[in-house]
Amino acid sequence: MTELAWIGAALTSARPRAVGALYRHFRNLDLAEEAFQDASLRALKNWPQNGPPRDPASWLIFVGKNIAIDALRRQGKQEALPSDERLEAPDTDLAERLDASNYRDDVLRLLFICCHPDLPASQQIALALRVVSGLSVKQIARAFLITDAAMEQRITRAKSRVAAADVPFEAPGPGEREQRLTAVATMIYLVFNEGYSAAGERDGDGARGALCDEAIRLARLLLRLFPDEPEIMGLTALMLLQHARTPARFDADGGVVLLEDQDRGRWNRTMIVEGLALIDKAMRHRRRGPYQVQAAIAALHARAERPEETDWAQIDLLYAALESLQPSPVVTLNRAVAVAKVAGPAKALAMIEPLADRLAGYFHFFGVRGALLLQLGRTDEARVAFNQAIALATTAAEAAHIRMHLDRLIKDSR
Amino acid sequence: MLYAILCYDSEDVVGAWTKEEDDAVIARLRLVEDKLASQGRLGPVARLLPTTSATTVRKGREAMVLDGPFAETKEQLLGFFIVECANLDEALDAARDFARASGSAGAYEVRPLGVFRPGAVRAV
Repeated sequence: MTELAWIGAALTSARPRAVGALYRHFRNLDLAEEAFQDASLRALKNWPQNGPPRDPASWLIFVGKNIAIDALRRQGKQEALPSDERLEAPDTDLAERLDASNYRDDVLRLLFICCHPDLPASQQIALALRVVSGLSVKQIARAFLITDAAMEQRITRAKSRVAAADVPFEAPGPGEREQRLTAVATMIYLVFNEGYSAAGERDGDGARGALCDEAIRLARLLLRLFPDEPEIMGLTALMLLQHARTPARFDADGGVVLLEDQDRGRWNRTMIVEGLALIDKAMRHRRRGPYQVQAAIAALHARAERPEETDWAQIDLLYAALESLQPSPVVTLNRAVAVAKVAGPAKALAMIEPLADRLAGYFHFFGVRGALLLQLGRTDEARVAFNQAIALATTAAEAAHIRMHLDRLIKDSR
Repeated sequence: MLYAILCYDSEDVVGAWTKEEDDAVIARLRLVEDKLASQGRLGPVARLLPTTSATTVRKGREAMVLDGPFAETKEQLLGFFIVECANLDEALDAARDFARASGSAGAYEVRPLGVFRPGAVRAV
């Protein structure tokens, strides 16, 4: 690895902690980012000559703070500083280095402001990728398939909303910390899903698919800060187990390959092993949560070497648990797929019929309904359901998959 | 003589490598491995999964299971076992058996392997 690549990786990994600490000092996101940017430039000059520091994040915080304070002084803005805290002596940085809980709350605060309830989901993701992950506006714009200018505007808007929202800077109490953690987990899963749903689409440089890796990296960061939170273990496991299937989810033409038809040899074993270890770890806490249950379902699929070996009865039970934790028609729909395997298509169909109103605009509802009707030999009704599904498909791959069912129906009826 | 060569690095930094960077490092390491293997000198090679997937069994009258990696600096790495296990509980059972058998203080960190090649060297 070249020196430059090493420094790049060191800066990326130090970023959440360094920007988090600088944000606490300056209470201004733009200033914190600028200070980090300036410190990074200095690192690019300094580190190759003097060797990398033992603790790159502390180095960047110290240097970034000094550069920013000098800049503020030059602008004659020192009166605007809220307290003397900003002019503290270098040994406070030593204390900072030793204070792991500060570090933890800094990173959590930084992640938390990105998922502030005032921000719509699209702004949350963009802000987190910019501020915490340090992706460039251009990279994020590519991942969202919008112009650089539009993305710049989205991020600026998000930042001003965050500034207006006034997130408190004192260390959060246990209840508040728990709430922040939940919000952050949701935001990380949003980043993941943005990448996951994009997989298989035309994604020339892989900018969208890379969001899955970034979400997993953020989850590991969170897990290192909160090593005994079973839901964070569950979230990380869930993403690893889902992402492991990516190489098998689409055929050469970009068509959807259903779980049952996937070449399991192409699943990423390393990710599966890590995901299984994490879900096992989480379950030992006996504090059930939605991410853990979903990860446990994904784990049962991952453990089955062939689709016939899938433990559908257990999956049915887990979906029942998820229904009670997080009742939603989509969860019931997913459960129906397991019920069809365990108790047959008639029972599953009866289960989803009451969802028809609430899922009237949902592609997968009609896909599942069509498949169940087909299994029951009710081909005319199946055809109607599949046609409804095609009308609601959001990606070309989804539509093509349903069309395949329809083509088969037409062929059989001849 | 057999020597173990243990890898230490910042997990955050290695985790921030792109896949291409990671692959490039591994490819260069493989060249060194291949040279040793062709001389019949390479034993097992393993890459551990991140410390976030680790669980630690603290030895004591009653072994205690803790989330996370082994983090003490006053104890040193003295050895390791590679055990095939169906799940984490089986691995923890094995670690508890070792803990009871060793009868001393210390801990066993249980961490899944991402890469393992058994290699071939004589037993000592």
